[in-house]
Amino acid sequence: MGKQRVAIVGTGQTFHKSHRPDVNGQELINEAVGRALVDADLTIRDIDAIVIGNMDHFEGINYVDCWSVDGSGGFMKPVIKLTTGGTTGSTLAIGGYHMVASGLFDRVLVIGWEKNSESDTTGAITTAFDPVWDRLVFAGAISGLAAEAQAYMARYSATDRDGARVSVRDRKHACNNPYTQLRKEVTVDEVLASPMLADPIHLLDVCPRSDGACAVIMAGEHIAEKITATPDWIWATANRHTYTYLGDANFGRLDSLAAASREIYAKAGIREPAKEIGVIELYQPYSFAGIMWIEDLGLTGYGQGAEFVWSGATDMDGEIPINPSGGVIACNPIGATGLIRCAEAALQIMGKAEGHQVPDVDLALSTGFGGCFWSDILLHGRRKPDF
Amino acid sequence: MSDTEHVIIESGAARQPFNYAVGLHGSRFLQELRDHRRFMAVKCPRCAKVYIPPRRVCGACFVEMDEFVEVGPQGTIGTFTILRYAFIDPETGVQKPVPYGYGFIRLDGADTLFQHYIDIQDESRVKIGARVEPVFADERKGTVKDIRCFRIID
Repeated sequence: MGKQRVAIVGTGQTFHKSHRPDVNGQELINEAVGRALVDADLTIRDIDAIVIGNMDHFEGINYVDCWSVDGSGGFMKPVIKLTTGGTTGSTLAIGGYHMVASGLFDRVLVIGWEKNSESDTTGAITTAFDPVWDRLVFAGAISGLAAEAQAYMARYSATDRDGARVSVRDRKHACNNPYTQLRKEVTVDEVLASPMLADPIHLLDVCPRSDGACAVIMAGEHIAEKITATPDWIWATANRHTYTYLGDANFGRLDSLAAASREIYAKAGIREPAKEIGVIELYQPYSFAGIMWIEDLGLTGYGQGAEFVWSGATDMDGEIPINPSGGVIACNPIGATGLIRCAEAALQIMGKAEGHQVPDVDLALSTGFGGCFWSDILLHGRRKPDF
Repeated sequence: MSDTEHVIIESGAARQPFNYAVGLHGSRFLQELRDHRRFMAVKCPRCAKVYIPPRRVCGACFVEMDEFVEVGPQGTIGTFTILRYAFIDPETGVQKPVPYGYGFIRLDGADTLFQHYIDIQDESRVKIGARVEPVFADERKGTVKDIRCFRIID
């Protein structure tokens, strides 16, 4: 437990696209920061400290914390950089939470961003892995995810149609989100007819690469309610950065998400997550994860994820909508992606999600995924937590 | 320069002079592979997990490991994929030849999976649980490339 409770009081995003040649990185960051400040009705003078992150290799710029100052508003403020691969965005959110919860800062600006168009995404991801033992055959994120999906399908007899159903859901949801990149509905048959990238992952099963930034403003409990009448209270955070070598992973199960979610549920007293949580923004970079990982989250039993998704339970009008924003399959500016999940969960709690608002959300979950099958989670609530 | 041209970080014919240390355990693995075509793993004294490649510390137990165990050379496919999309290999700077079989091999006696190429001449035989054996390079230099690939023997 920190020295003070923490709430999100404002969020901002860019209109994410495959290429943003009209802005450089600092300018892209500035768009998201400007929107977050407007959303919270604050100025940059009100901000005590900044946490920023991306994946260095995508832009080839080290020391982004210093390079980005013009865009971030970090001039003469404490600025730190956090970067943990795919989990960067959610790690940023957890880091910002820790800074405010510590009592040392009352208003922290959290920024995640990426311009994936500026380099080769698969090459850059590959250099995040061990040069001696991992890189001979590793081919970026899709290769590891494909191996995970193969293992799950062999263990639980899931099919590529099951995966495609998840892609159909997220791409439909994305049509209601003006900020996301890909807003076009697809059918199961279209997903299955799209090119095979790495068995069993088709092109339409997987996320794009994007240019985009996201900013979130977090505030301490004594000022959060003065800034907004509808703060998004961060109830709890948990993360598990589990393995180092890819070959150590338990393929077909996401152990890190199972462990982190159980820590969250224990902290918040949640017994039946599918009933008690109102909406989930899942960092789900490809379709099959939408079946596997909801089992690891405990929404349904092992091997029952596909049936749960086919039932419509995770659609917008279902028991527990997943990815009202369209999720990662519609948009993936990698260093921002985990923070977008956090911001979208905050929008749901604050009632600001407009065309993709789920009615009456009391509790929301946002997650991050990355590194070597790592997971981060934040639990968001409309009510101030009583613990 | 046209306004759509890339900024190229030009290194000419220069190599990237990385000189990675694999440590004593990693060195033993690569030496045994080169000299005896043997796979040496290491066993955790606390949880008894057999790790390949061998490393000094069991991260889960946070204890030092020094008991070597020979594993393989045969094993089963733990999981795999077949890579079909073209991408630039950052190790070489050129496009990696595709398609290729990407295998996570469970060598007999090991608890973690060893990554390597799988021969995909007959894709229908590439399945989780299929038995495999290593195909060694004629000239071995003490790297993971001393194995050319694993081939299916079922």
